[in-house]
Amino acid sequence: MTGNYPALLVTVPLLAAFVIYGCSWLHKRSCLFMALLGLTIPFAISVALLKKVLINGHISYHLGGWDPPWGIAYELDPINAIVLVAVTTVALVNLIATSKEIETRFSDRRGAFYALYLLFVVGLLGIVATGDLFNLYVLLEIASITGYSLIAMGDPARAPLSSLNYVFMGTIGACFYLLGVGYIYIMTGSLNMADVHVLLPPLYHSSAIVVAFIFCLVGVMIKMGFFPLHSWLPNAYTYAPSPATSLIAPLMTKVMAYVMIRLMISVFSPKFVFSSIAASNAVVWLACLAIVMGALMALAQRDVRRMLTYIIVSEIGYIVGGAWIGNATAMSGAVLHIINDVLMTFCVFLSLGAIARSTKGYQIENFSGLFKKIPVTMATFVVSGLSIIGIPPTCGFFSKWYLILGAIEGGHYGFIVVLLLSSLINIILFFRIFEEAFFVYPKTNAVHTEGEASIAIAETPFVTLIPLVLTAILLIFTGIYSGSLIALIIKPVVSAGLL
Amino acid sequence: MDFLLTHLVAKYNFWLYIILMMIGLYAMIAKNNLIKKLVGMNIFQTAIILFYVSIGSKRGGTIPIVEHIAGGGEHAINPTRYVNPLPHVLMLTAIVVSVSTFGVALALAIKIYQRYKTLEEDELLTRIRES
Repeated sequence: MTGNYPALLVTVPLLAAFVIYGCSWLHKRSCLFMALLGLTIPFAISVALLKKVLINGHISYHLGGWDPPWGIAYELDPINAIVLVAVTTVALVNLIATSKEIETRFSDRRGAFYALYLLFVVGLLGIVATGDLFNLYVLLEIASITGYSLIAMGDPARAPLSSLNYVFMGTIGACFYLLGVGYIYIMTGSLNMADVHVLLPPLYHSSAIVVAFIFCLVGVMIKMGFFPLHSWLPNAYTYAPSPATSLIAPLMTKVMAYVMIRLMISVFSPKFVFSSIAASNAVVWLACLAIVMGALMALAQRDVRRMLTYIIVSEIGYIVGGAWIGNATAMSGAVLHIINDVLMTFCVFLSLGAIARSTKGYQIENFSGLFKKIPVTMATFVVSGLSIIGIPPTCGFFSKWYLILGAIEGGHYGFIVVLLLSSLINIILFFRIFEEAFFVYPKTNAVHTEGEASIAIAETPFVTLIPLVLTAILLIFTGIYSGSLIALIIKPVVSAGLL
Repeated sequence: MDFLLTHLVAKYNFWLYIILMMIGLYAMIAKNNLIKKLVGMNIFQTAIILFYVSIGSKRGGTIPIVEHIAGGGEHAINPTRYVNPLPHVLMLTAIVVSVSTFGVALALAIKIYQRYKTLEEDELLTRIRES
């Protein structure tokens, strides 16, 4: 049984998704319970796998007993396992926290919502775990298609069009990736990542391999919303229903950034990426541009949700820049930032979803006096905001620290300047919200006429509040333990591949 | 002439897929109607499917069905006689993916049409701005 954990990790939520959809016709109330079950099991499995990987090292699971390179293998190293844990944690916690909103908002379509939700998680888990290039494409499209549908369930006026734009961009991205895989297949005759990694070195001078790498990279960059290719991202994440936003926004882009790092380390080799293609400087500068533009466009927004989506664009710039600086420190920083950013973005979107219950809209003005009304929810928002800015005890600081150390080591001083500049802009972004929430009170007395009940807006219900507070605490704990996270999990894998 | 032979004629499958892909991309970028954009997207995906199918073929290769002689037991298979089936099998999956993407996109287009009564992008944008 424990031997089959990697397969169960993906098949359990997959089966649960179909069962839930069938169930939604028979017994609507059991959907939530089954969705929770379908996510708790993968969560437990991913934690068990992480433990196993840390003790025994690399796990290679051969699906159906077919040995690679013919069969599909699931490869688990410590980084894979920790990203899997992050994905399952966010998916499970988000489902618990937003269950109340899902049940009321999608009461007639909850079967569809939960099924899509679980299929999305299946796609992401598969992307992270798989060791097969084509399998990655299929799972990528599973995650994307369910993502499109989840986004389209939002605001009926704008969500379908935003989602359709995402479909166009996402499909081009996936097609480019597929094309790159095709070139790799022509040259090596294999689709297994480890096998390709062994077969490629004699072919590094071939232009077909360079083109293959660029195609794969561009495809993945479209999917992760890297700056010039990010145009689908803000609208899609702004108009999605908030339970879906707090699932998709933290996970999709970051998992794709992780795929990029996987491609760079375990399919191609750092030697090829940083020596044969002399593009690392250009990509780091592009990442700098992404960070600055993301931060500046965020500054231009009055809508908090939209502002956060631009912050995601900027955070993706950190990860890409860190990965392309090309030394072990910066790469560890990038991987750590993936994990941290999953948690921070999740926390910030989840608390925003909870805050939106008590406000009329997402404009900054709507936040006035909120700290009085919902102190605990606002506190979690503050913690996640501080983490995105990068204030020491929270986790955001530590990944930025490693990124800066790596940039100094690699001599990319422009990246350091940009990183600090965007942190400063993030301070403005968040403190203007905090100011509104702490020190400004609604001027209108209209609330009095509506009766006492509407003045004292109740704190967020416990079912949302407890997961939210736990996530905020997790942000601080990840920060405190990030030293051991780097030393135990990230450094061994990254150093083996780099330098 | 030499260039023509080695780069255009001998690798015509690559040129075909590139041309098809660019037609698709052009439709996605330049067309104003959402359905036309979707058709462009489908052409784009089909170009890549054709590319994969073409890389599996071999000169003089036949369909990869291995005959077993009754009672003959195992016998050596000469791989050069058969077309490589793997890219074709991969494309079955890619076709399923492209069909489902197209399905989702059409459903979205229906939703947009129900709301705004148009699928022309410029009209959509003006109506969104007005509302």
